[in-house]
Amino acid sequence: MKELKIFSVVAIFTLILYWGVEPFAHSQMHKHVEGHNFTYDGTADIEEAEAKVAVAKETKTKVAEAEATLAAKKTFWADVKRISKLNGNAANGEGLFAMCAGCHMEGAVNMGGVTPPSLEKAGALYDKNYLIALVKNPAMASNVDHKYADTMMHPMGSVTTMVVDDQSIADVVAFLMEKKKGEMTSKEAFKDACGRCHAMRYAKTTQIGDTPVFKEKKDALAHEIKVLDEQALVKGYMGKLPPDLSMMIRARSAEYMETFVENPQSQLPGTSMPRTGLSHEGYEKVKQYLTEIGDPSKPAREAIGPWVVLFFVVFSVLALLWKKEKWRDHH
Amino acid sequence: MAHFEKANSINEWMDQRLAVNTLKKVMQTEYWIPKNINFLWAMGMVLAATFGILLVSGIFLLMYYKPDVNMAFDSVNYTIMTEVGYGWLWRHIHGVAASLVFLVIYIHMFTGIYYGSYKKGRELIWLSGMLLFVTFSAEAFSGYMLPWGQMSYWAGMVITNLFSAGSLELYGLVEWIRGDYVPGDAFLTRFFMLHVLLLPLAIIGLIVLHFGTLRIPHVNNQDGEEFDFAEAAKLYKEGKVKESKVIPFSPVFLSKDVFVLGVYFILFFYLVFFHFEFAMDPVNFDPADGLKTPPHIYPEWYFLWSYEILRPFPKDPGLVAFGIAQVIFLMLPFLDRSPNVAPASRRGLFNVWFWIMLLDMLVLTVMGKLPPQGIWNTIGLVAALVFFALWIALPIITKSEKKL
Repeated sequence: MKELKIFSVVAIFTLILYWGVEPFAHSQMHKHVEGHNFTYDGTADIEEAEAKVAVAKETKTKVAEAEATLAAKKTFWADVKRISKLNGNAANGEGLFAMCAGCHMEGAVNMGGVTPPSLEKAGALYDKNYLIALVKNPAMASNVDHKYADTMMHPMGSVTTMVVDDQSIADVVAFLMEKKKGEMTSKEAFKDACGRCHAMRYAKTTQIGDTPVFKEKKDALAHEIKVLDEQALVKGYMGKLPPDLSMMIRARSAEYMETFVENPQSQLPGTSMPRTGLSHEGYEKVKQYLTEIGDPSKPAREAIGPWVVLFFVVFSVLALLWKKEKWRDHH
Repeated sequence: MAHFEKANSINEWMDQRLAVNTLKKVMQTEYWIPKNINFLWAMGMVLAATFGILLVSGIFLLMYYKPDVNMAFDSVNYTIMTEVGYGWLWRHIHGVAASLVFLVIYIHMFTGIYYGSYKKGRELIWLSGMLLFVTFSAEAFSGYMLPWGQMSYWAGMVITNLFSAGSLELYGLVEWIRGDYVPGDAFLTRFFMLHVLLLPLAIIGLIVLHFGTLRIPHVNNQDGEEFDFAEAAKLYKEGKVKESKVIPFSPVFLSKDVFVLGVYFILFFYLVFFHFEFAMDPVNFDPADGLKTPPHIYPEWYFLWSYEILRPFPKDPGLVAFGIAQVIFLMLPFLDRSPNVAPASRRGLFNVWFWIMLLDMLVLTVMGKLPPQGIWNTIGLVAALVFFALWIALPIITKSEKKL
């Protein structure tokens, strides 16, 4: 039938157009970053260091430094691998954890630029290998060692003097993984993993937690000053105030979000954002919260959508019958 | 004063005062449309319906939108999307309709080109249609500024910069358009005014003109056949509907339009609920930041072909090429020198011209979005040159076309 032929020409051109300006153009615009499904064994870090060595050799600048970094990364992640194979003793770990709890507690205040997270449910949020790496060397684990090369010390740097030998690291991580893994809400996951640096204004939450409702304007202003003070500290530490995450779920593709959270350097080389070490489940929780706040109409869309589409299917069938009736005698 | 009899029905009462029966005849039951048409002839109605949807959804969005650089982003992304009941639905409808309206405009345009519906007395239909295209483009651009995201800001920056006219360096003009040195509050409020008042008024006026231009030359048909409408209408009114070459707009033509609309709305609402991302660029969900240029700045898909005509050339020739590309389609009725009104398939070389033009526009569109690197640059340059070559060739090939 002629009309169907014409329709298929229109449809084919439209589909090619769509493919060209959407999937194809986006695949060309954004570099592909390999994800590692939220496991942390240093593969990406070592590849990055190798790439830097190659660049250094090509430009003949700071070759020795780049090679030293690569060697340090290789040694570090080999250490992590060795420790992860040890049998951690959670009971021993509990005793060691008392040292951590001095900073990591509910209601902790900013220390060296950032507020230490409560570790009450760390086992439910973070990956085991990452925690081992973090206790071993926080800057290396979070892949921001470039920030601390010669200027300042990582705010958690002192841990290396508290938990020193391999077995102690294995023990304290075993304690976190076994005893600190309560069920977490998506909001709690966000607060621990992201919310100490990133505000979420559509959820009325800032770097110091949920913003209460104040009766008096002067109390509200006093709170705002507290927020500004905290933000100034975070800004001082990070170099700029980390962006508000209210709409981030719609501003970045799913693939970007996953690979960025897993390893911020992979998408934004040189960024001061540390790797947070979320496990796959931990990331899903955070993503759920970002979706709830940034894209709250999702459930409503999915509930109403099929009915509206069905309505127009029925409408079209009735319209076709009407058309056939009107045109019956015309041909 | 005229003499009025007592009316026996509301219809009669209205007819006495407003001649509604005559109006109905003139605009519906005795507005004659050729019978020999296909579904592409319903695109006008699809466009009218989509414009209606844009207008209604726009009115609802307008109730909550705040044209202020400090509030615009949040009024759209928080107030409308979260706090207003079904605000998200109106926004997604508005965004998807704004994108689809251009798809249908392009289909409508190329239908006109294919069937020669701009020739021999139909020049004004084409010209008013192209003016609608231009005003719709301005409407789309001004609307894109309103959420005040990164792409709003930077697209506003790039497009207003074009008015500096390259080496003429008319920065004063650019500042006058922006009301500031860079896009800011004055910029946002004036584009808001354009988007919700001046341009919609112009569009409504032009739609009336576009309908008006159809009246005397009549709608074209699938064969470009010229026939006596009065005679065909007489046959129809005598009941010889099979022999007659025309149908009344209402209800016969309308019944087909409504079916096409139904199918269109299946696609439309599928996109609104399940696939709206194509119409809402992720980059625009980052708030506007004058200190952070996005890595890729590109217009919405419907401007990409003309963007790609601007891009591969050096500054001044690029601007000239861009300027010509904006108006060249207006000249179509005068550049086509052939006397034939017929589908392209029967017009020899013009048929080749039509399909190359369509493919070239498609290539330009895709290249316009790709990063300007390596092979994409070359393809874009070639496609832009082909575009101009086609327009230069048009009068020559149509002049030598045989009379059918």
